[in-house]
Amino acid sequence: MKAVARRLLHLLVVLFFVTLFVALLTSMLPGDPTDAIAGFASEEQKAELREDLGLDDPVWVQYGRWISGFVTGDLGGYYSVTGERPVMDRVREALPVSLQLMVEAQILALLIAIPLGVYSAYRAGSRFDRATSATLFGFLALPNFALALVLAYYVGVELGWLPVSGYVAPADDLLEHVRRMALPAISLAVGQIAVYMRLLRSDMIATLQEDFITMAKAKGIPPSHVLWRHALRPSSLTLLTVAGLNVGTLIGGAVIIEVIFSLPGMGTLLFEAIQARQYIALQSLVAIIAVGYVLINFLVDVLYAVLDPRIRHATA
Amino acid sequence: MIGRRKQVTAVADAPPAHGRRLLEVEDLATHFVTPRGLVRAVDGVSFSLERGKTLGLVGESGCGKSVLSRSIMGLLPSNVERHGSVEFEGQRLDQLGPAELRSFWGTQIAMVFQDPMTSLNPVMRIGRQITEPLRFHFDMDRGQAEKIALSLLESVNIPEPARRLRQYPHELSGGMRQRVVIAIALACGPKLLFADEPTTALDVTVQAQILELLRTQQRERDMAMVLVTHDLGVVAGHTDEVAVMYAGQIVEQAPTRTLFSSMRMPYTAALLQSIPRLTNASHTRLNVIAGRPPDLLDPPPGCRFAPRCPYAQDRCREEQPPLIEADEPGHLYRCWYPVGTDEAREALERNLAAHVPQAELAVSGDMTRAAEVEAALEGAGAAAGPAAYESDGSAADGPDGTPADQADASADESDGSSGDTAGGTEASSGPDGAEVEIGGSD
Amino acid sequence: MPPPESFSGASSGAGSATPTLAGPPTTVPPADTAALAGAEGAATAGERAQRLGWGAKLAIGWLVLVVAAALLAPVLPLDDPYEPVGAIARQGPGTDGHVLGGDSLGRDLLSRLVWGARMSLLISVTSVLLGMVLGGLLGLLAGYFRGRLDKAFVGVFDVLLSFPQLILALTLVTVYATGEGVSSTRRITVLIFALGVVSIPVLGRITRATTLTWSQRDFVHAARAMGARNRSIMFGEVLPNVLPAMFSIALLGIAVVIVAEGGLSLLGVGVQLPTPSWGNIIAEGRGSLRDAPHIVLAPTVAIFLTVLALNYLGDVVRARFDVRESAL
Repeated sequence: MKAVARRLLHLLVVLFFVTLFVALLTSMLPGDPTDAIAGFASEEQKAELREDLGLDDPVWVQYGRWISGFVTGDLGGYYSVTGERPVMDRVREALPVSLQLMVEAQILALLIAIPLGVYSAYRAGSRFDRATSATLFGFLALPNFALALVLAYYVGVELGWLPVSGYVAPADDLLEHVRRMALPAISLAVGQIAVYMRLLRSDMIATLQEDFITMAKAKGIPPSHVLWRHALRPSSLTLLTVAGLNVGTLIGGAVIIEVIFSLPGMGTLLFEAIQARQYIALQSLVAIIAVGYVLINFLVDVLYAVLDPRIRHATA
Repeated sequence: MIGRRKQVTAVADAPPAHGRRLLEVEDLATHFVTPRGLVRAVDGVSFSLERGKTLGLVGESGCGKSVLSRSIMGLLPSNVERHGSVEFEGQRLDQLGPAELRSFWGTQIAMVFQDPMTSLNPVMRIGRQITEPLRFHFDMDRGQAEKIALSLLESVNIPEPARRLRQYPHELSGGMRQRVVIAIALACGPKLLFADEPTTALDVTVQAQILELLRTQQRERDMAMVLVTHDLGVVAGHTDEVAVMYAGQIVEQAPTRTLFSSMRMPYTAALLQSIPRLTNASHTRLNVIAGRPPDLLDPPPGCRFAPRCPYAQDRCREEQPPLIEADEPGHLYRCWYPVGTDEAREALERNLAAHVPQAELAVSGDMTRAAEVEAALEGAGAAAGPAAYESDGSAADGPDGTPADQADASADESDGSSGDTAGGTEASSGPDGAEVEIGGSD
Repeated sequence: MPPPESFSGASSGAGSATPTLAGPPTTVPPADTAALAGAEGAATAGERAQRLGWGAKLAIGWLVLVVAAALLAPVLPLDDPYEPVGAIARQGPGTDGHVLGGDSLGRDLLSRLVWGARMSLLISVTSVLLGMVLGGLLGLLAGYFRGRLDKAFVGVFDVLLSFPQLILALTLVTVYATGEGVSSTRRITVLIFALGVVSIPVLGRITRATTLTWSQRDFVHAARAMGARNRSIMFGEVLPNVLPAMFSIALLGIAVVIVAEGGLSLLGVGVQLPTPSWGNIIAEGRGSLRDAPHIVLAPTVAIFLTVLALNYLGDVVRARFDVRESAL
């Protein structure tokens, strides 16, 4: 119980600092923040906006106002000459797109990395292993945006096999969804495949040296069973931790990939906010991403503790 | 229980065309292919074992005893060269493919490993680990297998067996875990059990219980057992026959009683003398065997024990003694000057007169002499690097890394870590033959 | 590929993951069946630590070439990277003697690539140095003094790591260096600062972990017993031993930052045009991907080879100095 409480406390502290940083972004803007937020506005409008955002209030009042808005879904607005449109409206549509992209890329990466890693570890030093390792070492050096552009050009344009832009919801047309998500997901997954595979391989090689593997073999159960049931299980926990840490990478990657393939997700919103210098929207988007990242890592932590019997019993 | 009985007896009822003989090992050699050359971990070993009997396999760390048991089972990796034959109930195990071999593992031959802390899968429930071989070999459903697992845990005297089934290994003590390991090994009713240093990693108090458990189980099941150990003391009370191994070869073999009453091989004698005795005052120096086992990459031409032997003569260094039969039936040894004979006495006297250090040490048990002998041997033996006197056995293997030590790395490790519990043999098996004080902090 | 990917990716490969030099086993396999595979992996890593293989030589060769080109850009016989030269807009490699052809505005692509290397290296090396100095200092203090100081600094690292790193860098650049009238110098300075902030926790952590182990060694205790000051022990005894670990991570860090700059460029917050960097050449060339893919491909290959070389050397350094991956 104590460990759970400590973890929760840690989560709260981190969330506090993260949101504090984001909340104060607007006041960190150089010069008069209202110039940056709504440069087109008249002086009266700016004064109103200043009042609205509470930019003259003490820091903690600003934070309090911002955080209470954030948790109730008030993400501020897009400012334009024609008025203010709530950011939440766009986020509601964009968030599922980004989540789909990341989840699909992650699933794809694991589907490829796990068998590769397991087999490479099992046949460590073989030609297959060496070839896979070398190839994936190369993948590791390939920026996902570069891969995305190359794929978009060759597969999308030259070969014309797959569309290179746009989004279709899986509920509307699953096949079309897959077709449109294929290139973005592959671009995002390739780097992750290399990360997971290399990790799993070295971890499994260590596991395969354990006595309990020899023992499992001596029971006379088939090698595949030894490999998948006995050896993969402990290693999969390491994989889980890294998958959690990797979410940060995935988010960063997804932002760029979305922009390249014109997927209407959070990354595209972020890109538009930067282009149009919509600082309030940027602030909210960054907050959602950062808080989401912290929460996912917390969940992975908890999941790890639940899945690993050694930790589970230590904390109980 | 019923299900298992049926299955197991069905197998056991097969006509025993080979009488009482269960295992027949003929000139078995196991060589590791390494870039530095061939490491002869097991070099021409023959023995046979009858149903229900126990063979003790004794020797220092790195003598090849663990490799031998794994080699017989066929559990070694593919870069291993294996010659000779292994016959189990008339069937050549060494000629079987992996899949056929697997059908023997668990059901016919099983193994209990040295360290129960590492031989159970830490992230798998005990129950699952026990039922696994049952479900595979006998195609049982989960319920059946669990019932048998329960009775197995009962039979190895684990309290609250039903609760244990749902626990993970780390929730059990070392002794309990070894009982679980034994239960797993017994699950499919094997006819032959290899127990590879089953008590080395355990507390002294638990050691006796585990050995007792093995003995009762063996009797109840009419199961043969190969008990691998570095401890002659363990062997004395729990085996029918003993084979002493040195540098990959069997150097003496006899029915247990015969061996202890009239041992012929100087090495066996030295091994016996290195066991601490309760009758000795505490802090008595133990007798040690000077020097270290030979390099298995390049064993000495004559008797492999000659460089460390107090009786060694020129002949010993030049000509390898064959395994010859003693007067007693079933007693084999490998020595030109067997202990207790006049020739041996004369040889020892000659050595003493010539101030051969090994001989003087053997007679005097003198510490300062021991150190000198050590130094002399280190200087003489080019194969042996500088004596690495480090925190434990496994670390000491590192710097000079004689393959002998590495080939049996797992055994070494436990020797190192269980210095207190296995103090007697530590004296003989320490990498540089260091002396051990009884009751001293080691 | 934003920062953490290559960090974790490279870390995962430490030890036994040897892509090209997996040789035959050099140690006697232990009795365990499966031990063989591990012994082999370990031997390979050790083997690689012994000598500089052809892979490492190639990697060093490429990096020397890139650094030399970047340093010598002003004196090399190159076209002006800012001015169109003749009618080579979107023309492929070899057109009119322009080795890599022209970019979308008709400027010499090779020249832009070389000048871009200068910018990409400037940003990546200085920001990692910044992270190395700040993160290294924090990590050293935390690992050496432990206790409360350690807790506080680890807390700082944790908070910094709670942002996806690309998002943090992007936010800092957007807030401090976008808008009308932001000078190119300011953008570059802020970029370096932002990417430096991102590398602080990564380098800080490895330094802390390595310091923790080294400051437990006997020679440190001995120095303390002889009355050496903490400062001289930290910098005289501990730091030299911690440096290899920092260095191997810094190599990977430079690779990560080169890629991150590219990502930021694609999002419009990289180095401002017309100043070339590898990232913004790609970003700019995106528009003409259909008819002039070479504009994107050339800097992509440059980034790929450089990152590959840095990752590889990072692995070599780590294998040689036995940097524990768990420290990451």
